[in-house]
This record gives sequence, structure tokens and C-alpha cells, in this order.
Amino acid sequence: MNKIKEIQLTINNLSYDIKVADNMPLLWVLRDELGLVGTKYGCGMGLCGACSVLIDGVSVRSCLISVGSVNGEITTIEGLGNPDSPHLLQEAWIEHQVAQCGYCQSGQIITACAMLKQNSTPNESEVKNLMSGNLCRCGTYFRIQKAIRSVADKSTNGSQNEEVEL
Amino acid sequence: MKRREFIITSMSVVGGIAIGGYYLTRPETISNPLSGILNQGQVAITPYVIVESSGVTIIAPRAEMGQGIHGTLAVLVAEELDISFKDVKVIPGPPSEVYANNVMYPIKDLKRRMYHRIKRRIGLENVNSGLYKHSTGAQSSIKDGYVKMRKAGAAARLVLIMAAARKFGLKSELLFTKNGEVVLPNGNTVPYSSLVDEAKGLQPPTDPVLKSKDQWTQLGQSQPRVDMISKCTGTAKYSIDIRLPGMLYATVRFNPHIGVGVKDFDDSKAKDMPGFIKAIASYDGIIVIATNTWYAMQAAKMIDVEWKPAPYPATSKEHRKVILEAFNNKRGVIKRNDGDVDNELAKSEIIEGTYHVPYLAHATMEPLNALAWLKNGQLDIWAGNQNPGKTQLISAQVAGISYDLVKVHSTYMGGGFGRRLEDDFIKVAVQAAMEMQGKPVMVTWSRESDMTHDVYRPLASAQFRGSVSNGKPIALELELSSPSLFSSSSRRQRHSNNNVPERVDRHSTTGAIDQPYKIKNYRVTSYPSQRLLPVGWFRGVGESQNVFFHDSAIDELAHAASADPLEMRLSLLEHKPSLAILRAVSEMSNWASSLPEGHARGVAYALSSGAATAQVIEISNTSDGNICIEKVFIAVDVGIALDPKNIEAQVHSSVIFGLCAAMHGEITVTNGKVDQTNFHNYKIMRMNQVPEIEVRIYESESSIYGAGECGTATAAPALGNAIFALTGKRIRELPFSKSVRFV
Repeated sequence: MNKIKEIQLTINNLSYDIKVADNMPLLWVLRDELGLVGTKYGCGMGLCGACSVLIDGVSVRSCLISVGSVNGEITTIEGLGNPDSPHLLQEAWIEHQVAQCGYCQSGQIITACAMLKQNSTPNESEVKNLMSGNLCRCGTYFRIQKAIRSVADKSTNGSQNEEVEL
Repeated sequence: MKRREFIITSMSVVGGIAIGGYYLTRPETISNPLSGILNQGQVAITPYVIVESSGVTIIAPRAEMGQGIHGTLAVLVAEELDISFKDVKVIPGPPSEVYANNVMYPIKDLKRRMYHRIKRRIGLENVNSGLYKHSTGAQSSIKDGYVKMRKAGAAARLVLIMAAARKFGLKSELLFTKNGEVVLPNGNTVPYSSLVDEAKGLQPPTDPVLKSKDQWTQLGQSQPRVDMISKCTGTAKYSIDIRLPGMLYATVRFNPHIGVGVKDFDDSKAKDMPGFIKAIASYDGIIVIATNTWYAMQAAKMIDVEWKPAPYPATSKEHRKVILEAFNNKRGVIKRNDGDVDNELAKSEIIEGTYHVPYLAHATMEPLNALAWLKNGQLDIWAGNQNPGKTQLISAQVAGISYDLVKVHSTYMGGGFGRRLEDDFIKVAVQAAMEMQGKPVMVTWSRESDMTHDVYRPLASAQFRGSVSNGKPIALELELSSPSLFSSSSRRQRHSNNNVPERVDRHSTTGAIDQPYKIKNYRVTSYPSQRLLPVGWFRGVGESQNVFFHDSAIDELAHAASADPLEMRLSLLEHKPSLAILRAVSEMSNWASSLPEGHARGVAYALSSGAATAQVIEISNTSDGNICIEKVFIAVDVGIALDPKNIEAQVHSSVIFGLCAAMHGEITVTNGKVDQTNFHNYKIMRMNQVPEIEVRIYESESSIYGAGECGTATAAPALGNAIFALTGKRIRELPFSKSVRFV
């Protein structure tokens, strides 16, 4: 049985000290220990993507990674932006009125963010394939694609003059 | 005027004109639903409008589960109140019968039967069971709210004019309103928010005049959703996200045999697990309480449980047998009977087939959960729910306290689709809170518990026989068999496995008896089958299976008559909106044009809760023999389009929901247990699998309809009809993936 351990995490540029079983998935540390509830529980098996977070910029299923094995800086949806100062992708999501029930959207935005960090100008089939790990039961997929497209286009058009920060 | 009389009058105006008489005859139940939540400095002008110095709040008393209803209901009020929708706050409001959904619970039904039946069913006496009517589902919210919400806004606007007249000693007739302000004859303006004191005690007019459609400045236009910013920044609160100081976290482990409890359990192996607090027996299994949801889930696995046996057949094959045996039970109820089907079929060549659909799970993205806190005899419950009144009553019943000691906090829902009309997730949370008195307890179901303990869309079968003459159907007979939703629901309410007779209810036949086709000999019979798995309300309800049965049969008859399937449907209809939307999809899909080799189209048509819907699906055969859905075209008559973009989103959503079910959706049973546990074996369409969907919204202005379910009902027949057109194979069993492979 895994013992309770003291673990230090960096989340959204803040440092946290926690005492939990080190095999606890990061998801439940975020939600139940730290109250960072923007990251959602959907399946617990890495099938739906609702729990996606960034670790050093890479999208990770927080329901699968144990907190003891996290090695890097974590960014959750709360760290990406907030209602007063939304991230570029969040702005696009709002502009395209993407969400319906909204439960999967934190994970969708995090995955899109990681994708665009790797490839700022994905084509249509790349977007579809790279986003296919994130389920949406309301079927908001078309507007997600439009929102991603608009950010990717900004990135293409803006790259001459300014760096688009993702 | 005494306070109570004022409230009765105002309710009779704004709680829905139709129910005025009802309230007047039962004054003991009347209370202003907002009086309990008002703070100092606020006034509730109607049950839908609160004014305070900081602004105006509109009550949108339907559950927001993704359909955007909070926004549209608020715009209905804001339009008549002459205030920008963007300047108001929107809240769901407390449970109250004033917020009854009169489309889901029609007045005549309620007065005659339902009211007393509900009381009996839940075994509650001396409570306000009218609370049950505060409910959301069946794409009914817009139909229910269209007049009611506008009258609430118009009445409130007139009260604010009276308040300004009182404040300045002017005649009301000299004043008008604009942009959230009353305009005085001298041109000065008075914000609504400064009229709180003057508005107190003013009686709203009984029948305010509404704006005509051409005077609308907000309705009819796409509005930004009220929940969009919070949902895109992770700050929207679903019940699973509520955090309170000192709260505990719990999960459930249910008997895999649904509907029966636990014989015995032993938690000794869980006692040393980190965070474990205790395990208690519950209705269908055990509740495991810990300091963290994951600790609770880990501990739940370590508990040895002896389960009771399944109260239904062990396999889905046997369940199907039960459904089919019902056709022989002589208990069929004829629900539509035009002409003489027997006579016509006796002299014609018969076209026939038997259709089957499986159980389906709702699979909302947010697994079921609720947070309950019982302290000093009062219960607070936070839950995403489609029925706040029922939540209040059931919580009270479980906790053994009076319902007025229960406060329901309705949150956003990570999907509902009918699942959150149930109360099982409420009951376990209340039980946990009773066990841990004084502490809030959040009970979260694992995805596996959510999927294996659903109340499923019923397993159903249909036998169809028909004949054609001169390129048209001359006879159509449909016999339907499925378990009754109402019988199943009654059983759950009573916690009884017995004494609930199986019967035919209205959902057994919706979608099959109400299509406006002119077929001379037309009969639909519904057979009640025996109880099987618990079944419940699913997106589209009866239409989700019956439109597949009915429209596929129509398509079979079209092919038998060597008629064009779309043209033949047109020739059988006189209903104008139906003709218009069928012509629309014909044009959108370029129906008359020929397609390349290996491509084909299928069409489906239905009235879906009154909304005429036509859907064309174009598919192709890939080189490796798989089927690819190329494109979907759908036209729907919403009557009046209040928010076109939101309607389009709803229609997209309903099509994808229907395609998920048609292609892959299936819940099966082995050894008395549901086989599907998570998204690897219960498949939901992913971004790379959804086809392009083109939507056209038609406004017949004949009435007003919701749009959340129309595409769900018509997706399966459109796809099945397309597969027939492509392959010549008529697939009569869902999901289609049992017979063909999809890309």
C-alpha cells in the first residue's frame, strides 16, 4: 500500500505542499486537495480528455498520472486565463460560442493549447486527429474546430509582426 | 390589499395565465418563491424579476444542461422589460410550483389524475407535491415559456412605470421605458434599479399587452450565452465542483444486479486504506466515505460484498425474447386506427419486417453526483438536476424532515439528456449526509457506476406490415413492444419490485402514432412488456426508437412502391411546415441530382414534439468496404426562431447524439450485469468521426417548438435508409455497427 507522502507541486506558477498517497492521480489532488476544480473527472481511464492539464506544455491526462510521478510545471485551465483576462484560445472559444454543457471544454482548450504549441498551423485533418482524444457529448466539435482555426490563422498572419503567445 | 391576496393575483398573472384558477382554488400552497431568497433592498416584482439597487435579475427556472435555455428565457423577459439582456443577471430560482412546466405537466392531466398519483406514488402526504412540475425536459422549455416569460417581463415593466409615477407624482400614461430606465415627460430618465422602494407592494396588471414580433429588438437574434465565459475559463460551477470547508468525499459501489440491494458487506480490508472513513449500506449497494474521492474509490474496491441476485433475466438475448413475447400477450392497446388495416392487408401483397433497438445509456460527461449537508435539522443539497421540486421532496423524504427544511442549490449540469430527472444520485448523497451529520458530503459516482446503473432508454421492438398501391402505401401497421417508462419510474419511487403493473404509456408510442401522413389504412398498437432493466427518460424519449421504426417502415414501402422516398413522403403529407422542410432538405442535399458511384442518400422525416424535421444523410462506400458518413442535411421548423445560433447548436448536438446511438450505441447484459462500463466499450463520436452537418431553420410561425431532440429521432432512420440505398441491405436492428463497419 502506498504511504502518505509530502509532495511539492508547481501549479499555475504557484508552489503547493501536499500530503497524500503518492499513487493518487494528479486529478484528485487538483480537485479534492487543492480545490482547482476547473479540471474535470470524466472517465478515470484516459478515454475522454476532460481531465487534461499541461505539464511543461504537454497535454497530460491527470486521471492517469500519479502525483508522485509528476516532474514538471503544471498548468490547469485556471492558469491559462481567467474571466477578466482570458487566454487567446479562451477568447476564441467565447467568440465562437463553443460551449454547451461545457463540462469537457477545459480539457478541449488544454489539448488545443498543447497542440498549437507543437504545431501552430495545423491543417483540418491534423486538428481532427489531434483533438480526437477529447470527447464532447453535446457535439460542439464544429465550433471547437472553428475556434482553433481562428487562433491558428492569427498565428499565421501575426507571425511576421508579433509572436502569438500560447 | 393583504399580502397573500397580492401574491395570488400576481401569480395568476405571471405564473402562467392558464394556471390562475388552479392557484386561486388552492391558496394554502401559495407562497412567493422568491420571498425566501430576497435580501434587504431587493424587490421581487414578479416571480421572474428581482430589482435591486445594483440592477435587475431575471429568474430562468429551467435547468441549464447545455441547451442554452437560461439565456433564451431571460431574453424573453428582457425584451418585454425593455432592458438589454446583457445588463441583467440570470439565476435559476428556487424550487416552486409557480415555475411549473405546463407542457411537461399539462394542467388538465394534473388536476384530474397526476397530482394525486404523484402524492400516492411517493408516499408523501401533506406536502406540496405540485413542486414536481418544476421540471425540464422533452424540448418543452421554449414552448412552455414563450408567452409566460414575456408576460412576466411586460407586467414587471408596467409595475416599474407605476413605481416611477408614484415617486414623481405623475400619471403612468405619461411615462415610457427604454434601455432599463423609465423616461419622464421632461426627458429625464430613472433607472429601474432606483425604483426598489416604490415598486414594493404594487400589483402587476392582469393581462399586459405584448410587443408584436416586428417590435422585437433582442428576440430573434443570436445572443451571447450567459454561461460562456465561465465555461471557457473553468470557473462555471457544476455540482461536482462545489467545495465547502470540512467537506468529505464519497463514492458508491452498487450491486451489479440493478435495483436490488446488498445482502452483507465486510469493510475490514478497507479500514487501513488512506483517507477511508466508513462504508454504509444504501439502496442498491454501499456508500464509501473518505477524505478524497479517489481514496473513497480505492477503498470501495477493497470491500467484500455479497450481492442479491438480479431480478430480471441474465442476458440481453433473454430480454429481447421477453420483448418479443409481449406481442403474443393479447394486451396490446390500439393507439391509432384509420381505415381497415386487416381488410386491406388480406387482399394485398404484404411487405413486413421486425425492427429492434437496444438499451442505451445517457453517459453525461459529468458523472452523477450531489453534495448534501445536514446540520441542525436543516438540509442543503447541491445538485445538477432537471427537477428541483422533486429533488427537494425526495431529499426531505430520505432525511425524514419537512420539505421546507430542505434548500436545493441547482447548479449547471455537465449534460442531462433525461438522466438528471432521476433522484438516485440525490438519495445517496442525503444518506451520506445523514450518516456524517454536520459535515457536507460530496458523493461522486465513478464512470463505471454511472454507466452500469443508469435508467436506460428501453429495449424495444416493432413489427411492421404494409402494402402499396399506385406508388403509395395503402396500408401500414406497426406493433410496438417496450417496457413502460412510467411503470419503471413508479417502481423506483416506491422502492418496490412488485405491485406495479406493466402498461402502455404515452412514451411507448410517441413518434409512431402522431405522424401526419395520410395513409388510408393505418394502425399502431402498443404492447406492454414485462419489467427488465430500469428504464427512463432519454433524449427524444419514445421518439428515439419509434421514429426509427416508423420512418424505416415508410422507407420500405417507398422502395416497394418503386417511388422516390422523398417525393413519396411529400405526396402523403398535407401539413404545410412538413412539406416546406422536406422541400428544404431536398434542395440542400441536391436530392434530385445523381451521385457518384458508391455514394447514396437516405431521407427521414418526423414531427418531433411538434417540430417538423427532415434529415438527409449522404454516405459512401470506402474501398475497404466501410461506410463513411459524408454529410448530413437537416431542416427543422421551430415555429419562431428566438436565437438562431443557439438553435443551430442544438440541432447539431441532437444529430450527433442520434448518430452515436444509431452507429454504436448499445447496452447489453450478461450474467445479470451491464457489460459496458466506460467510453472504450460505449462509444461516443469523436471529432474525427463527425460528418459535416448543414442546418436550415424554418419558421412556420404556426406555434413554437424546441429544437433539442429533433435530430436525435431522425438520425437513425436517415442513416438506415441511406445504407439501404447504398447496399440494398435493409438493416432492422440498431446499432448499425452490428451489421456494417463505419470509417
